[in-house]
This record gives sequence, C-alpha cells and structure tokens, in this order.
Amino acid sequence: MAITVKLPTQLREAVGGAASVQAEGATVGEALESVFTTHGELRDRLYQNGDLRRFVNVYVGGEDIRFLDGLETEVPDGAELTILPAVAGG
Amino acid sequence: MSAKQLKCRECGTEYALEALYVCSECFGPLEVGYDHSRLADVGAVRRRIQGGPQNIWRYHDFLPLEGPQPRTRTGLPAGCTPLIRADRLAARLGLGEVWVKNDAANPTHSFKDRVVSVAATRARELGFDTLACASTGNLANSVAAHGAALGMDSYVLIPADLEEQKVLATGVYGTNLVKVRGNYDDVNRLCTEISGDRENWAFVNINMRPYYAEGSKTVAYEIAEQLGWELPDRVVVPIASGSLFTKIGKGFEEFIGVGLIDGDVPTMNGAQATGCSPVATAFEAGRDFCRPVKPHTIAKSLAIGNPADGPYALDLARATGGSIDMVDDQEIRAGIRLLAATTGIFTETAGGVTTAVLQKLAEAGAIGPDERVVIVITGEGLKTLDAVRDSFEAHEVDPTIESFEEAFAGSVHA
Repeated sequence: MAITVKLPTQLREAVGGAASVQAEGATVGEALESVFTTHGELRDRLYQNGDLRRFVNVYVGGEDIRFLDGLETEVPDGAELTILPAVAGG
Repeated sequence: MSAKQLKCRECGTEYALEALYVCSECFGPLEVGYDHSRLADVGAVRRRIQGGPQNIWRYHDFLPLEGPQPRTRTGLPAGCTPLIRADRLAARLGLGEVWVKNDAANPTHSFKDRVVSVAATRARELGFDTLACASTGNLANSVAAHGAALGMDSYVLIPADLEEQKVLATGVYGTNLVKVRGNYDDVNRLCTEISGDRENWAFVNINMRPYYAEGSKTVAYEIAEQLGWELPDRVVVPIASGSLFTKIGKGFEEFIGVGLIDGDVPTMNGAQATGCSPVATAFEAGRDFCRPVKPHTIAKSLAIGNPADGPYALDLARATGGSIDMVDDQEIRAGIRLLAATTGIFTETAGGVTTAVLQKLAEAGAIGPDERVVIVITGEGLKTLDAVRDSFEAHEVDPTIESFEEAFAGSVHA
C-alpha cells in the first residue's frame, strides 16, 4: 500500500531534501504515522496535542481533508497526499 | 529601516527579512517585527509623513522597505484615497457620523494596490524579477499592472469563473494569465505548491506575504491622518483572508504606540458574505478557529473559504468589542445601491457586503449615536457590473418632447 506524501519546502530539510516520501496506511493518520517512524521530528512540526496544527493543510486528491474525514480520511493505494502551509493567500 | 525581523505569530521564532512566510517550526504565519525606538521624536515623524509624497510611501517609517523615504518611486504609487463624510448615508441609517474610505480610488481601483506596491518593491529589493499571485480578481489586476509598471514578468492565477470585468482588467496589462478550473482555495493551493518549486518567483501573497500584508496598515494611517490625527470610534472592514482587517488594527496600534494619535484601537467590525462566512460563523459560535467552507456568493472578491488570518481576525474583533457579521446576496446588492444612492460611490460586491453590515449593525442598535464610524470600501463597482444588472429601470423614449413628457408625466416640474 504505497502512498506518496508530498512535502512543502519548509519540511524538506528534515527528510534530507526530498520533495516527497513514501508512506503506508489506510488513512491519512496512519500514513503520517508511518512517515513519523522514519522521520520522527516531523511529528512535532505537524501535530499539536495529537491533532494537526491549525496552520497545516493536508490534501488527498486535491481535497482538503477537513472537508473529508480529517485524519480518518481513507487513502487509496497509490494516492498522493499533499501537505501545505495554510497561511497563504488573501 | 524600522523593520528588524520576521517573527512567527504563533511561537515567536525569528527569521531574517527574506522571502519567507511560514515558520518552519510550527507552520505559523510570519509577520514583520519593528523597532520604532528611533521614531521617538513624534513631531519629526509627523512632519516626515506630511512632507512626504501623496501616496503610501509617506508612511515609509512604518513599512518594511530599505533606504530613505522616497520622494517618488517607480511603479504605481497607491493610497491617499479620499475619506468622505457620508451624512446622507448616516441619516438614512439613523447614525451620527459616518465616513467612507474609498479605496476604489487606487491605480487599479482596489485596496490591493497598497499591498502589491509594498510586496513588489520588497521583491525587487530581494532581487526577484518575476511577480505572481493567487487572486480572486482585484489582486490579479494589481499584480499585472505593477508588473507592467516595474518591468517585471508576472503570472496571475485566478479561478476560471471570475467576473469578466476582472479578467479583462488583468489581461490588458500583458501578464501571463492562468485560469484555474477550481475555486480560489484550489488556486491558492496550486500557487502554494508552485511557489515551493519556483523559488525565483515572488508570489506576493505567498512567499512575500509578510511584506504584502503590511501594505494594508496604510489604510489605518490614512484614516487617522485624514481625521486630523484622530481615531474613529469604529471601523467596518470586509473580511476575505482577514489580513486587511487585522492589519488595519495593527496600523492604528502602531500610530498609538509611537504617540502620533491618542486613544484606543477602534471597535473593529468585520463583514462577510453569508455564502462564504467561515470567520463570521466562528465568531457567532464563540470559536477561536475557522472551519473552512466551500464559497457560494456573488461577493467573489471575498470568496476565500479557508481564511489564513481568520483566527487573528476573531481575536481582534473580540479584543476591541466589535463583531464579525454576515449578509446574504440580496442584502449585498441592496448595500451597493444604498451606498451609491446616498454617497455617489459605486462599489463592487465587497463594498456591498461592508455597507450592508453597517446597516445591519445600525438596525440592531449596536452603534451609539455619538460614534464616528468609518467604512472601508475596498473596490470599484465597474468590476462587478452583474451585481446591479436589472436592479433599476431605464426610460427609453423617442427623441421628441412629447415622448419625454409621456415618460415623465406627473413628475415634470414647471
């Protein structure tokens, strides 16, 4: 169950400069957990009190997961999960 | 310059004054931090402002740009828009004193010229040669025009269903116009991704956002200066991302802080359209965060479903005893007509939202009879003509006195 997690520039340094990493899992939460097993320092940068920080946006297939089931949102095999800062625009 | 660093609003981590917008520790927004200690001679600061050019560069001491105050700068100098006393509007609403800050009187007819002037100037200082933006329309006009004026390439990304007037008033400047099949939040997501890969592009509202946002403070500076260095009691401002709203608050705070004006930050009222009201809804529910929404409103310039500065707008409204209210499409159209019919100012849908919220506050008795109220009109009515289509009748007549008299029978004075 390979999932591609695309990282914003702000997180790339933490994974050795890569623009994306591979993940495993059936949901967004599981996929992120699998990323944290190899890149532990990403957890504190993305999470606060067990949930996504308020200025972190996560998209599955281009849709903000807050319009889906949040961290419980299912991620099909081969899907792309995109993490982006929320403070842009306006 | 007075600007000293970029600072995360959430965790306080500091960064150099570069093209950065997000804290890499916590993803919080970066904001420009200043040291105003060299502005201790208030009289000198005031004289520098009053002796400055008739545009936002007169407030150079408070903007994140290098060098001395410019007499002129190339580009499209923005600001110094009229502040008009609107006695007929006040009378209609049963209010004491209402002023209209008409920011349609900017080079591309919206307040966006303020923020783009600052962002584009800072972008040049940092060595960029390409401007870009994610826009709901007004920003598109302004970035395309500033690119043309400054001789910079520009890329403007807009939702494909934008009002035709705003599309035409962007393309005319010769920009690279990109119509994205999606809503503004889709455009914004795409631009955020692109900005990560095109590091030589200055996205005014992404990697240049801390500088860009500072331009909005000049609305507050001008209001205070135009009122004779006094504060209004209340300001009504439209909210899309919440950046304009919060920076107007910051502008008043700074002028109070250095001693240019006395008093407290005015009561801040935010205005949203019901069809895109994530901040108003959060205010009503007593929440300190915004749930994103899918916009559906005629006020397309305010149609940001995921407002970046929503939490800070909520804080400001609450801290100043204000509120964030919403009005529906019908009220927005009526607001455009009300402003036009009582002040002679034709505003776009966002101004309809602002005027309608003023009316709503007045009718609810939220505004005291002695209050001096300023409404911020952010854009030009000619950009959203559909909003007033079929809202009035015209009289078609033959070119004869008889035909004219027939049309106006009973209403013609001797």
